[in-house]
Amino acid sequence: MRVSVLEEVFSANDQLAESNRRRLDEAGVFGVNLMASPGAGKTSLITRTIEPLRGEVRIAAVDGDIATTLDADRIAAFGVPTVQINTGGACHLDAAMLQRALSKLDLNHLALLIVENVGNLVCPAAFKLGMHRSVLIASVPEGDDKPYKYPVMYRGVNALVLNKMDVLAAFDFDVQYFRRGVEALNPGLAFFPMSCKTGEGLDLWLAWRRAERKRGGT
Amino acid sequence: MHEFSITQNLLEIALRHAEKAGAHHITRLNLVVGELSSVIDESVQFYWDIVARDTLAEGSELCFERVPGSLRCLGCSNVFSLNGRDYACPACGENQVVVAGGDEFRLESIEVE
Repeated sequence: MRVSVLEEVFSANDQLAESNRRRLDEAGVFGVNLMASPGAGKTSLITRTIEPLRGEVRIAAVDGDIATTLDADRIAAFGVPTVQINTGGACHLDAAMLQRALSKLDLNHLALLIVENVGNLVCPAAFKLGMHRSVLIASVPEGDDKPYKYPVMYRGVNALVLNKMDVLAAFDFDVQYFRRGVEALNPGLAFFPMSCKTGEGLDLWLAWRRAERKRGGT
Repeated sequence: MHEFSITQNLLEIALRHAEKAGAHHITRLNLVVGELSSVIDESVQFYWDIVARDTLAEGSELCFERVPGSLRCLGCSNVFSLNGRDYACPACGENQVVVAGGDEFRLESIEVE
């Protein structure tokens, strides 16, 4: 006998992600999920974001890494509570890992939670965490063809940072070609070319962050 | 790397439907796996034999229907495959697309006794 099921296998994770979102909403915390390839500059963007905002809003970070605490240590050095999740070899954070991390934070005393996902352009796109915004960091040395190779990642984010603009001249990176691929999948996506190293372009990103946090959910 | 937890979710869904149908044994699961879903079917199969042990699904067969990644042009609705280089519609040249298929990982049905 055949029994019809028609269920997405990721739905269990999606439901947990929704419950994470409710917890954040109840505590008035705005959550941001940062995704990127390894080495694109996730931790640098976090520290660059925390630095000017920490006197203004109460921030915490959740850092997903396969094994080490190096990134979490870099963030914690800025004096913000940081929860490290060692995924033990897993390629992404999932909603259950985030749920456990949320329990380690005093959510009622926070306004902004920044989650650094595991460096990977494939798997994190499939696992919702329940954050309010998803941000992708691309970087110049990765090449300009990534929007064409990872459509599931590029279509699902709310903002795109293009990091390491300071080395643009050294690479065959066609910014117009890159953006055309992004616009084909995700028209009107907020786009921030910047350099975390020099600080160029950071002001626009920080202005966006402030405006989005004020807009809140949806 | 993430197929273990996915396989556990799969078992939970299959057992729930089998129990609802009053089945004694699950013989087969019919799955749809998209090329862009980040799921590797050989890996699911490997874990399946472990997680299904001592359940109604022990010894059941996994059948994967693979769906290639495809895009739909928002200009003319033409559906075409990904080439990894550009998104221009081969029919009309428009550069606005949505992913039309290949991102799914779904349990379509189970066969039970």
